Amino acid sequence: MSRGRVVTLALSLAVALGPVAASRAATAPKASYLDVVNDVMCVVCHEPLGVAQSPEAYQERDYIRQLIAQGKTRKEIENDLVQQYGPAVLSRPPAHGVNLLVYIIPPVVLVLGIVTLAIFLPRWRRRARDAGPPSAAKGKPLDAGDAKRLNDELGRYA
Amino acid sequence: MLPGLVTAAAVALLALLTFGVSQQNDASSIDSQVAHGKFPAAPNARQALPLLSGHGTASLADFRGKVVVLNVFASWCDPCKAEAPILAKEQPILAKHNATLVGVTYKDLSSATEQFDRQYHLSYPVLRDVSGSFVSSFGATGVPETFVINRKGQIQALQRFPVTAKWLNETLPRILEEKS
Repeated sequence: MSRGRVVTLALSLAVALGPVAASRAATAPKASYLDVVNDVMCVVCHEPLGVAQSPEAYQERDYIRQLIAQGKTRKEIENDLVQQYGPAVLSRPPAHGVNLLVYIIPPVVLVLGIVTLAIFLPRWRRRARDAGPPSAAKGKPLDAGDAKRLNDELGRYA
Repeated sequence: MLPGLVTAAAVALLALLTFGVSQQNDASSIDSQVAHGKFPAAPNARQALPLLSGHGTASLADFRGKVVVLNVFASWCDPCKAEAPILAKEQPILAKHNATLVGVTYKDLSSATEQFDRQYHLSYPVLRDVSGSFVSSFGATGVPETFVINRKGQIQALQRFPVTAKWLNETLPRILEEKS
């Protein structure tokens, strides 16, 4: 085959397959189905979509499959789901408004707990140390009779 | 200082809990008021919701003076499918009496609702409550639920289950006869 023919053939192939390749690229999956379903909720049964079995959950999963087939990214799919079902569809609520408290309260409680322990734990330990050994140990020593009885009792278990 | 801080945190958490509880809509209060003949005003009557067609919005206030049969439904719900033909048949009768059905869909895909709309030949307006805040103010927790709003804008009857032709026939005539 002459060089000219090879070039012509290559060009023809490129022209013929170009649109196919372009459309493949446009609709190639850009999101993982499992990643998406594990990040969204069934809005009816309030369970993670991955495990929900309600009729609505089936509809939601089908819709996600369609969006993935259209080549949408995970973020685009989540935005689309919020438009259809509202923010309750997201397993992690958006960080604004009252929802912000979900992100603020746990760390604040944790920090308060740590600060409380940091302040009070040394005080409690100091108080315990100052108070000396426990009261039972501080009692009078056993007299000879009691000591013998105790030894006898313990001896039975030896 | 620290005990004060802990107390403040406890008070804040208590306030948050109270706020959360107060946000819960008590469906039983609407139901019991209706049962005792004290018809409560339809909540959020001015809240504009997008029409399923995608062209514009509508609110209950737009239907003031008409009897409105508000049907909350979703396309994936089997009982909704069962009652849809009954409602579709009722709409022309309502229209003759200055009344209308209004569908409200939530927790549903718009494309699936459109298909439902076509399949059951729904000739009345269908609104989308994406956030669910509108239906939640009616105490709706599931689908289907139906509320009959009289000409004064008050909820005069409701059905937390699928409606039947019998229920509509027994409920609607006396409400339709009333003047605003």
